[in-house]
Amino acid sequence: MSTREYMLGNVAIARGIVEGGGQVISGYPGTPSSEIIGTLAGMKERDFYVEWSVNEKVAFEVAAGAAMTGVRSVVTMKHVGLNVAADPLLTLAYTGVKGSMIIIVADDPSCHSSQNEQDTRRYSQFSLIPCLDPSTPQEAKDMIPFAFEFSNKVQMPVIFRPTTRISHGKSDIELGPVEETRPSAEFVKELERWVMVPKNARIQHPRLLESQKIMQEELENSPWNSLELTDGAKVGVIASGIASVYAKEAIVKQGTNASFLKIGTYPVPESKIRTLLENTEKIIIFEEMEPIVEEQVRIIAQQTGSTVDIVGKIPGPVPRIYELNTDICADVLAEVLELERPDVPAEVAEDFDYDRCRIDLPMRPPVMCPGCSHRASFHVMKKVYGKDAIFPSDIGCYTLGIQSGTVDTTLCMGGSITVASGMYQAGEKKPICCSIGDSTFFHTGMNGLLNAIYNKADITVTIVDNRITAMTGHQPNPGMGKLATGESTIEVSLEELCKSMGAGFVETVDPYDLEKTEEVFKRAKEHKGTSVVITRQYCVIDAKRSGIRRKPFVIDAEKCVGCRLCVNLGCPAIEFNTTTKKASINAMCTGCGVCAALCKFDAITEVKK
Amino acid sequence: MSAEGISKFDLVIAGVGGQGTILASDIIGKAAVKENMSVRAAETHGMAQRGGSVVNHVRLGCELGSMIPMKGADVLLSLEPSEALRYLEFLSDDGTIIVNTDPILPVTVTSGQCSYPDVDAIIAKLEETHEVKAFNATELAREAGHPQSMNVVMVGAVSNYLPVSVETLVECVKELVPQKTIDINVKAFEMGRSVIQG
Ligand code: SF4
Ligand code: SF4
Repeated sequence: MSTREYMLGNVAIARGIVEGGGQVISGYPGTPSSEIIGTLAGMKERDFYVEWSVNEKVAFEVAAGAAMTGVRSVVTMKHVGLNVAADPLLTLAYTGVKGSMIIIVADDPSCHSSQNEQDTRRYSQFSLIPCLDPSTPQEAKDMIPFAFEFSNKVQMPVIFRPTTRISHGKSDIELGPVEETRPSAEFVKELERWVMVPKNARIQHPRLLESQKIMQEELENSPWNSLELTDGAKVGVIASGIASVYAKEAIVKQGTNASFLKIGTYPVPESKIRTLLENTEKIIIFEEMEPIVEEQVRIIAQQTGSTVDIVGKIPGPVPRIYELNTDICADVLAEVLELERPDVPAEVAEDFDYDRCRIDLPMRPPVMCPGCSHRASFHVMKKVYGKDAIFPSDIGCYTLGIQSGTVDTTLCMGGSITVASGMYQAGEKKPICCSIGDSTFFHTGMNGLLNAIYNKADITVTIVDNRITAMTGHQPNPGMGKLATGESTIEVSLEELCKSMGAGFVETVDPYDLEKTEEVFKRAKEHKGTSVVITRQYCVIDAKRSGIRRKPFVIDAEKCVGCRLCVNLGCPAIEFNTTTKKASINAMCTGCGVCAALCKFDAITEVKK
Repeated sequence: MSAEGISKFDLVIAGVGGQGTILASDIIGKAAVKENMSVRAAETHGMAQRGGSVVNHVRLGCELGSMIPMKGADVLLSLEPSEALRYLEFLSDDGTIIVNTDPILPVTVTSGQCSYPDVDAIIAKLEETHEVKAFNATELAREAGHPQSMNVVMVGAVSNYLPVSVETLVECVKELVPQKTIDINVKAFEMGRSVIQG
């Protein structure tokens, strides 16, 4: 049997967790990290515990608690999620762990599906927790069993930081053996260690600082760092994580004679850096996002009195923003080493001249699915509150409602209700109606709602409840009565939850029923204080998967007067023919019926069989 | 073009969210692994899936990164005509374009904000600089039994260029498509393959 399989980076990481004998795995979905838990939860035979938690801080603390008892735990999230979990992160560094804990945080350089491109390695420096930075999906898988072992050895959690191209890259993966032994959970009371009152924290901080040196030495000689000194090379290239494969390709492509240091761990391998400094005249550093390796190299060079010329991002030709790639690396090498420039300079990547093609391409932005109920909710919201109203929103499929004119702000997960409250408390007189999804509400929206109600913010909170966490790939949440593994559990009632927090107005409505929805929103707008409208309808993708079939709709060309009312709804299933000035419905229609309710000429009807 | 010491064959697959670009690249990637080749691939997830423009990179016989450099691909396989133009910058000067001529109109077009270029004009434009194999793959898929097998028709078409045997590719088609659509998809693959040989 072949031990090589073709798999997604996140599936490889999940496999690494199995190989390493992970026992408690928790997380909150976020692209590009979500498939790790998805894969583990979907396994038929499982000898570990796996959960979707309500947010990253909660997930982090679940994993931390498990690791305090001596078992192997993992928490997964995306980079912005670590901001939510930053509080326990910084203190867990003081307590350390007894078993092993891996904090998987997937970074997204270039913001493929994120609100910023922060670099998790900064959190590693900040918290003094070591970090592993894989360069390929294979390495990502192999690093996990290593991380469990290392974490247990040094009694510290370890950050593991894949990036989009690792998590969502695919590769042939050489599988390894599965660890069979399972330490059992046994919490041992050690107040000085587990209770971070000031007296104990004061003892743990110097301990943490001392441990840095030990961890650095231990990691220095791990397989994740490698130094190739090339005879006669005056130039040294240092590259970390995924940048090392880009740099390598650029070097091969250009036939550059250079020594090469690949870095995959933080704290960085100091003696390897020193050796390279002693053997070169010029060092070029490639790393994605922040100049973290570069800062370290500059410090070491200064400490050792090295006069080597260091080229990177400060200031430098290597960009500090977006992803790197082979072209950028090749271009930098060419510039710094005064080689012949590659035929496609890196700038081309950024502003490829479409005009050169002399054909204007239509924009193809991602949009909400045909029949998505969020579109209906937004349509009514805009109608009732008016286009001058303020619509703070949040993070999920509904953020795509930016095209409907009902997404005025998106700050972070759970930031809609709080931003809305802040605007109201600032004295804003325009009506404020914010929107938040069900999963996001459970994540950190709840706290915001409690705060809004308690402090008497006169706003409307719309919970667009599609009964799932759709944007990240349809993970379950506490409103669904279903666990990560599919097992049934209690179904949390959004209505009861909001009422118990003191909301004086809580109404639930089916957004496909435009008339009723409008009536409810009107009353919510009148209500003094915080009102909550829950618009509930299954996500169409989920509905389709669970077998719900609705009849599609058609437009009677005879009756259509070309008023474009239905077209303005923005459903991808509705097309407008500019020559005949008539609308029509294509095969993508899912039969929500919302456009039919809008048409004043009764031109839209259900297909009759 | 793919180069010695870097990669054996570089393929860019372009399309629209929902067309099945991931399945197409999976069939090819898996087949190459079966034939003992190392494979690197990168795919679009998340936001762009909801009807947005998507692009996948597949590198056969490559042990480095998954991203194909500008002007690096041997073949650009486009499941939609306008998307071929959008990702043309990845194709090497002597690379080939295989393109499905069946357009998918983005909402910006259906709602009248933008216009969709004439498909013949797109093809003519591509032909100015590259070798182009254009045909209506969606129509062929319909003939094979289901328009959704269009992605497999395209895999069949590109199979003429890949350094992987047809048998292995067909084997992977069978493994990766839903059980009850195997026959339709095998037929779709063969139709796509013969269109190019034609
Ligand atoms: S996935 Fe579901 S929630 Fe997201 S846009 Fe589509 S229908 Fe709406
Ligand atoms: S019924 Fe109308 S709005 Fe609903 S999916 Fe079909 S075309 Fe779109």
